[in-house]
Formats: sequence, structure tokens, C-alpha cells
Amino acid sequence: MTLQQIRSSARAQLVLGLATGIVFGFLLQKGQVTEYPVILGQLLLTDFTVVKVMLTAVLVGMIGVYAMKAAGAARLHCRMGSVGATVLGGLVFGAGFAVLGYCPGTAAAAVGAGAMDALVGMIGMVLGAGLFARLYPRLDRTVLKWGKFPAVTIPELLHLPPWVVVIAMVILIPVVFYVLTVLGF
Amino acid sequence: MLEYLAMASWSPYVVGAGIGVLIWTTFLLSDHPLGCSTGYAKTAGMVETAVSREKAGSMPYYRQFVPAVDWWGMLLIGLVIGAFLSATLSGTFSIILVPTMFAAAFGTGWPLRLTVALAGGILLGLGARWAGGCTSGHGISGTLQLSLASWVAAACFFAGGIAVAGLLYGSPYL
Repeated sequence: MTLQQIRSSARAQLVLGLATGIVFGFLLQKGQVTEYPVILGQLLLTDFTVVKVMLTAVLVGMIGVYAMKAAGAARLHCRMGSVGATVLGGLVFGAGFAVLGYCPGTAAAAVGAGAMDALVGMIGMVLGAGLFARLYPRLDRTVLKWGKFPAVTIPELLHLPPWVVVIAMVILIPVVFYVLTVLGF
Repeated sequence: MLEYLAMASWSPYVVGAGIGVLIWTTFLLSDHPLGCSTGYAKTAGMVETAVSREKAGSMPYYRQFVPAVDWWGMLLIGLVIGAFLSATLSGTFSIILVPTMFAAAFGTGWPLRLTVALAGGILLGLGARWAGGCTSGHGISGTLQLSLASWVAAACFFAGGIAVAGLLYGSPYL
């Protein structure tokens, strides 16, 4: 199978989705981010496990994705944001993050580790997503379009070549880890 | 090797690096980011279709996110299986209804916890689709592409989360 055939084969994508989920769930559980007190600890700023996992994933993922892009093997998939969509939606999400104590991915993984409150959370997420779909035509004409961002990517915003920002991130993320260590996290 | 797989936890840096590599494979083999909330939207679409095919077919959102079991739905099923494997291998699998931390602050009764969990889930589902992604889609896959919207979204996830967690439990720093 060529890369193009894998990407367009519905059956291959079903298997890949399942395999990706299994590896992702395994990692999230080993990382303890499927634990309610770890998520709440992050939001109360007493436990930085979530930030460490996320920023390491960003660092490693960014290097690989930009290398594959340079080699013509991958494309970026960035979308334009707006204050009405990104900021308002993000704050609603954040409130839910603290109330449930899991996010959409870690909730599914927490269910696998035995957390039945996370299963109820997953049902809530289906309801919430369905509610958004119902509201979408009205929101799309109004609030989602408010305050469109000036650029799609950070390099575009800063008028810098992407590789400069990639290198800056490669330096900045370990600095954040160092600061967290110094602060005793 | 088996000993490592049976450990109760791994360093967050090892876990993060693993997720980073997993995202390479998603970009390479599936040509899209790794995100979890799309699966919930498609599931909602399947429920809507089961209730009324006509109504679901007329909804613009489900023309963008076609309700079907595909990569996104399988990802959610895989997440449950993968975490189950991890927890079983390390002997940490346990059925809980009320997390200990929640019980210590709000009581051990499961009706309250499950009601709160349902409300939190509704906010998450609504907010994730409103913002166009969740902690994985925006917070990791989007930020690593240096998407401006994803960095703003991730900042708002934490801003909203920190504010509400502080209201619920009281900030340990204030």
C-alpha cells in the first residue's frame, strides 16, 4: 500500500484510529493524567504533570511534523480562530475541564482505568457536542465570527520564518521545565 | 520490558515524548491532527440520525462532521482499551464512582458526583466544538503546528479551568 492508499482507505483508517487510541490511552494512563486529582492539581497549580506531558508532546511532535513537512511527507492543518469562537469556547471548555476533572481524551482513558464518573462525563460530552451542532447555524452567523484573529499561525503573526519559531520553542520549552524543577514541581 | 509496561506510572516526559511520536504517525498515515472531541461530535450526529434521519441530514454541522464510525470514533474506543491494558498490567485498575479528592470536599454520595460529571461533560462537549478542538486537538496537535488559534485556545482552557477549580476547591495560593 502506498501512503496515499493508506490515507484514503476507510478500513485502514479504522484500524489506525483504534491503534492510535490504544497507544494514546496506554500512555495517558501511565502518565497518570487519567487521575482526577492530577487534573485538578494542575488547575489548582499544585501538580504540573499535565503541563509536562503536553509540552513534551508539543516539543517532540513539532520537530517531527515540521521535519516531515520539509520532506513533503506531511501537511499542516491550522485553522483561523476568532475571539468569539476560540476565546469563548475555550473558557467554556476550561470550566468543564475543572467541573468534570477530565478532558475529552483523558475521560475515555479514565473509563478504561475504571472511573465511572468519567463515563457519565463522556455522555455529557456527546450531549454538549450535540447541543453545539444544534446551535451552530445561529452561532456561525454571529458570535463565531467576532474578532477574527490577524493570522493563522504564530510565524505569520510575528512575520518570522517558521523554522525560527520552531527553534525558539525548542529552547523555550526546556526552559519552562527547568523553571518548574527549580520551583520544586 | 514487561516490567516497564507493568509500572504504575511513567515519567511525564517519557509519556509526552511518546504522544509526540504518536502524532507524527497520525500526520503521516492519516493526514490530520490527533484530536478527541471530533469523535464526540460524530457520536452526537449518530444519535441525532437515529432519532430523526431527516433532521440530522438537514443540520449544516453534520455535513462538515459526517456522523459515522471512522478514525475519530475508533480513537475513543482505543483510548478506553489502551488505558484498560495499562491499568490492568500495573494492577491499578479499580472501579470508582467518586474520586477521593471530590469526596473529601463534597461528600461521598455518588448522585452529586455523577450530576456534576454530567454537567462538566456538557460544558466540555459544547466548549470543545465551540473552540474547534480540545486539550489534544488544540492543546497538543494544534500548538505543535504553531497555530495561533490553538495557543489562544490552550491558554483559555487553562484560564477557565484554573478559575473554576479555584472556585470549587479554593486556591492553595490565596
